[in-house]
Amino acid sequence: MKKDLLGIADLTPDDIYRVLETADAMREVGRRPIKKVPTLRGKTVVNLFYEPSTRTRTSFEIAEKRLSADTLNVAVSASSVLKGETLVDTAMNIEAMSPDMIVLRHASSGACHLLSRICKSRIINAGDGMHEHPTQALLDAFTIKEHKKDIAGLKIAIVGDLLHSRVLRSNALLLTKLGAELWVCGPPTLVPPGIECLGVRVTTSVDEAVRDADVIMMLRIQQERMQGAFFPSLREYFNVFGMTKERVKLAKPDTIIMHPGPMNRGVEIASDVADGPYSVILEQVANGVAVRMAVLYLLAGGVEDEAAA
Amino acid sequence: MKRLLKGGRLVDPANGRDGMFDVLIDGDRIARIGRDLPLDGATVVEIPSGYVVCPGLIDMHVHLREPGQEHKETVATGTAAAVVGGFTAVACMPNTTPVNDNAGVTEYMLKKAAEANLARVYPIGAVSRGQKGEQLADIAELKRAGCVAITDDGRPVATALLMRRALEYASMFDMPVIEHCEEQTLKGDGVAHEGFQASSLGLRGIPSEAESIMALRDISLSSLTGGAVHIAHMSARQTLAAVRYGKSNGARVTCEVTPHHFVLTDAMLAAPIPYDTNAKMNPPLRETADRDAMLDGLADGSIDVIATDHAPHAADEKQVEFDHAPFGITGLETAVSLCFDRLVHKDIVSLPRLVELLSVNPARILNVPGGSLADGAPADVTILAPDLSVTVVAATMKSKSKNTPFDGWQLRGGVAGTIVGGRVVYINESAHLVIS
Repeated sequence: MKKDLLGIADLTPDDIYRVLETADAMREVGRRPIKKVPTLRGKTVVNLFYEPSTRTRTSFEIAEKRLSADTLNVAVSASSVLKGETLVDTAMNIEAMSPDMIVLRHASSGACHLLSRICKSRIINAGDGMHEHPTQALLDAFTIKEHKKDIAGLKIAIVGDLLHSRVLRSNALLLTKLGAELWVCGPPTLVPPGIECLGVRVTTSVDEAVRDADVIMMLRIQQERMQGAFFPSLREYFNVFGMTKERVKLAKPDTIIMHPGPMNRGVEIASDVADGPYSVILEQVANGVAVRMAVLYLLAGGVEDEAAA
Repeated sequence: MKRLLKGGRLVDPANGRDGMFDVLIDGDRIARIGRDLPLDGATVVEIPSGYVVCPGLIDMHVHLREPGQEHKETVATGTAAAVVGGFTAVACMPNTTPVNDNAGVTEYMLKKAAEANLARVYPIGAVSRGQKGEQLADIAELKRAGCVAITDDGRPVATALLMRRALEYASMFDMPVIEHCEEQTLKGDGVAHEGFQASSLGLRGIPSEAESIMALRDISLSSLTGGAVHIAHMSARQTLAAVRYGKSNGARVTCEVTPHHFVLTDAMLAAPIPYDTNAKMNPPLRETADRDAMLDGLADGSIDVIATDHAPHAADEKQVEFDHAPFGITGLETAVSLCFDRLVHKDIVSLPRLVELLSVNPARILNVPGGSLADGAPADVTILAPDLSVTVVAATMKSKSKNTPFDGWQLRGGVAGTIVGGRVVYINESAHLVIS
């Protein structure tokens, strides 16, 4: 792998498989009575979060602690950015204290690329704007592989706000690299122009997207998008695009339902689907820790053998 | 004092000349054009063979940033960049702080230009007071103070009604209204051309139609009023189609394109430097089909002018998240080399046509002197070296700002020297001009 993990775009299928295999070994650590290995002892990891995040930040922090890294969280609120110092200045100040890695979450696409150019520390993208969220896509792939073994040839449907979703972009890159048949579905107002160039099939029909799908991945509808008049109402959105039990019946009998969270119950997904037998949503969260441990470990330059030490 | 430009190819399309002529300058005027002119006590400038002498280039779209943003550029540094780029005159935009919407600001700019004493500066006034899009600025006063056109550049003229009034009112002074075409609700908070590149990089898009819709509005209003509208920094093929439609229907519409819009595409957002803020400008770099349409428009004469939209920004302002970076790049010191390399040497436009685009037409549209080397005309002359090998080095540019995406580019063709009002204001040391 390269110095940084900026996006799935930079990974080869071999890189992806290596992360997934390493994650398998890392998961075992979380099952021990003492959930800690000394792998990253003496390494300093800064979680620099410019957007509020519960799941991703917690997941990274647990992963770092299980690997014995010294971790600290820097949460920068959007309002302090406007009057405060620039991202580059903040990063250079952190750099001056010689961390080994910076995990960055930022509202602007490309923020990680900017830090990558100026920082010696390794940069891990924990979500940049509408661009990528590579560890989410990796944990999604890990979860799919657990249930379906091979990703190649699966029909996977991603439904929701495609336009603003970094989860979509990372997943589209990853799943097409691994040979899945990827369908994406949402209202035309929320489809990124030219997205079909990524090798995905675009439809506005949920039924078409979901029919015979092996995997259904729902994307969050952000309430604030209502301001942009992308669709008339949350109620109408649920009626047209919401994942209901009836729609799930169109999929393969052994389909799985995924969601990167946080969920809007009754908007993009019905509660009985979110909590139902096909849902693997909490497994995704659990796998997130192992996958992030794998990413941290591989970027720190580890070799497979040390992993279980 | 007399100066004789001896040898070299004279390209002066306004007077139908293209050939081996000498140019005799007396004081600040052209005294005589002819073959093998006698010395007559003049200082000789030997023009090496293969070089071109043409009427001084005029960049009708630059941001000199003074008053108010002197950390980016001043009239002095901007005009220093201009003469290095071969421009003997520049027209500067009114979006300064304060806005150039009154004679005081115009006179201040002209005073600074006189102090710098390099390129000529033609201020362009605001259409509306404070560029707020509400009330017309005092346009007669601006005209009297020295403004040659009006624009609310940086944003479009806010409403169709205000644009109508501006076209009607400015026609009384023979001033064009220069329009930054952008339908602002469609542009929204977009930062890059709406298309695959922006989608895949997760950047909010600006559709081409945000530009073409506004161009169509303004062309229609030009037809309604008879006023002259000039479409600034055209980027989209749809806008070019609108301009062609307007011209074929007799509307008084002209247009310009920047070098970056006929050289670059939105692929530059992704590579070589992902999210390079020097690839962020407004209008944005568009797709290959748009870039190629601009080349077609230059070749077939639909496009009247090449202007740089020189938009200097300090390095720290550009070294931020792509979303937060200001729009714009510098252009004065790279334009001629890009024109030679990408237009003349690729046989897209001829040399006389290039001189029309960079000199004759801007002078005509702005109703300013220049664009011609007739006897008695101001001695504004640019000497071009079509085969000079040029490496763009941002760090050594005269502009106060270095925000160019062309740093390190190798180009064929450049500027050998620049003469303003009979004074040699720039000699390119690598071009071997000999002044005896």
